[in-house]
Amino acid sequence: MDVLTLSRLQFAITSMFHFIFVPLTLGLSVLVAMMETRYVLSGNEMYKRMAKFWGKLFLINFALGVVTGITMEFQFGMNWAEYSRYVGDIFGAPLAIEATVAFFMESVFIGVWAFGWDKVSKRFHAVSIWLVALATNLSGLWILLANGWMQHPVGYVLRNGRAEMVDFMALVTNPFGLLKFGHQIVSGYTVAGFFVMGISAYHLLKARNREFFRASFGMAAVFALVASIMVGVIGDFHAADVAKTQPAKFAAMEAVWNSCNNAPMHLIAFPDEKNECNLVSALPVPGLLSFLAFHDTNAQIRGITSFPKDERPPVLPVFLSFRLMVGLGTLFIILSAAGLFLSKNGLLEKYPMFLKLLVLCIPLPYIANQLGWLVSEVGRQPWIVYGIMKTSDAVSKSLELSQVIGSLLGFTLLYGLLGFVDIYLLAKFARKGPEESHVGATNAFRN
Amino acid sequence: MDLHIVWFVLWGVLWAVYFMLDGFVLGAGMLHRVLGKNDLDRRVVINSFGPVWDGNEVWLITAGGATFAAFPTTYALMFSYLYTPLLLLLFALIVRGVSFEFRSKEEGATWRGCWDWAIVISSFVPALLFGVAFGNIFSGLPMDQAGYHGSLIALLNPYGIVSGLLFVMLFLEHGALYVAVKSTGDLSRRAESLARTLWIPLLVVAVVFLGYTNFATKLYDNYLKAPVFLVVPLLAVAALVGVRTLLGMGNTLAAFASSCVTILGVVGTGVIGLFPNLIPSNMDSLYSLTIYNSSSSEYTLQIMTGVAFTFVPVVILYKIWVYRLFRGRITAEAVAADHEAY
Repeated sequence: MDVLTLSRLQFAITSMFHFIFVPLTLGLSVLVAMMETRYVLSGNEMYKRMAKFWGKLFLINFALGVVTGITMEFQFGMNWAEYSRYVGDIFGAPLAIEATVAFFMESVFIGVWAFGWDKVSKRFHAVSIWLVALATNLSGLWILLANGWMQHPVGYVLRNGRAEMVDFMALVTNPFGLLKFGHQIVSGYTVAGFFVMGISAYHLLKARNREFFRASFGMAAVFALVASIMVGVIGDFHAADVAKTQPAKFAAMEAVWNSCNNAPMHLIAFPDEKNECNLVSALPVPGLLSFLAFHDTNAQIRGITSFPKDERPPVLPVFLSFRLMVGLGTLFIILSAAGLFLSKNGLLEKYPMFLKLLVLCIPLPYIANQLGWLVSEVGRQPWIVYGIMKTSDAVSKSLELSQVIGSLLGFTLLYGLLGFVDIYLLAKFARKGPEESHVGATNAFRN
Repeated sequence: MDLHIVWFVLWGVLWAVYFMLDGFVLGAGMLHRVLGKNDLDRRVVINSFGPVWDGNEVWLITAGGATFAAFPTTYALMFSYLYTPLLLLLFALIVRGVSFEFRSKEEGATWRGCWDWAIVISSFVPALLFGVAFGNIFSGLPMDQAGYHGSLIALLNPYGIVSGLLFVMLFLEHGALYVAVKSTGDLSRRAESLARTLWIPLLVVAVVFLGYTNFATKLYDNYLKAPVFLVVPLLAVAALVGVRTLLGMGNTLAAFASSCVTILGVVGTGVIGLFPNLIPSNMDSLYSLTIYNSSSSEYTLQIMTGVAFTFVPVVILYKIWVYRLFRGRITAEAVAADHEAY
């Protein structure tokens, strides 16, 4: 183990841990805002209780998402100083803009929302959660524009021994970043939709607060269905863009070893990295891969062997992650459509098995999100900035092995402990259900 | 206009505002166990900054982001050279943030006691580390063409420690005053009396720091070159004296305001002394990181200037609005009755 490997491992652990909390924040902020808006528009107290109950879970999740985000900003300098120095001129800008434009808004209005129930008007209180949702999604935009630039660098020149920004608009309109943003945002909404459906299903199985959880389920089912369809649609455009901009990643995603025209899609395949071929490939759909990538069944798909050995990503993890993600994505559309159908027709409680299934499915969209990032980040190796800087050249020169061992252990222990507590608290308050509404009183207990 | 200088000023302002705002949260966090004799009092302290602490911490994120965008070489070297102290700082900030949220989620005395200690430690560590780090930046880091020659132990040199103590004392005073202003009854009186007591050691540390700075750093060179800037350190000293005077007059709010000015003044004093360096080298000034040799390109600075001058005023406006919204004292009764409180 060397500084480079450990730094990569640390970045993987800290970013994947951070990303346990982010997708739910992206989606649940919007869902809670919708619930509170219904309260403001209808005056129905149930929607206020909904906003409070799901909002409390939002806050517990949000706390860990925020603090683990600081790690991400610090790590670029701490472990990846050569990277930061080489590309900071263009990469630093979206990070600074994210803080200025999004983080301030998010942090200020989450305070207003959590502490301001009696301080601002009903209407403005709803506006404040919308501002949180907007800020959260804006922060996603800027960080994905930053990541999009690493994936598909634009708007720069190599000058003075570094990458310098020459076209800010190119950075902001980088199709790679924008597609990734779109794909990610709706993936976060899917997580939130399944989170709310799953917890609602749990309570419906226990026959508690039925009206409350039927309504929650119904809203979440629409949300999850629209989101999971959008995930697929935008994901399709995103993959086609990857085929153009990162052909090596695309080849690994689909386990295409040799370049060919009219490339088929094998419904069943399993790559053998050592022998540079597939152990199994069956059920080909002729021309489908060429069509998906370039909307032309005769288009050429570059194979992995057409890239120099030192410019190939690891094939197996990228291929498996991609297949599994797509499979899960398809499942989400089916499940949320079924959920919406049963919910609309008042049949949810007639199918306890389906409700149980939905409880068990809560983790799946989380897993799909992580798999997507594995495809994205492992698939672009060995590059940290596609085509211009390799990951191995990016690590800080001043680091000693003992420092990185220490930090890796520290992160693992601390994150493990806090993650455990956070999930414990989420489960506790999710199980407890909403606070009872008392006539006239500003309702019950907390502490 | 020289954008390098604009960004140097912005860089200093971001740090100064961060310390002014998070300073009272760090201070109150260190003191909440001492000031709060029971769980409810402690909750009053935590809730006194509950709606604003997260927004205050964003000034740090922005200071980091601004360093990255405007002075990427400084960002890269500062963060990698100071790896271990920054790591500890990071751990502390992570623990502190979740502690506020988690503490109220269980009733048990052990649970709350654990998070109370977590808050105390995770408030003390950043205060100390920021002080040590800035002390070492003021006196210069050991760097030359071969890179960095320092270590965690070397950062804990006498000047670094004095500077760390200064930050801890400044934030303790600031936090005590904040609690005095934001709470009621015995809690407020205890905080006010603690602020009086703390002021003496704060003054001692401040005097030692100012004297020691003359020997350990080159900060005062700039003041000899342009004495007009002496107004900043003088303001800091006057504000520090003002804290005690105003406390004597029983005006805690004005004393807190004076403490804000003290912190702005102390950070300003250091930053002005650094110019044009961001991190001087104490081995050979050729390897100092300056606002010229570590900055982004002119184009990037222009873009970032546009962003900063568009959005920072908006941020300041709604920050002022939110402080006004949550102005006034917090009572134990209100915290006990509020089921949304920490």
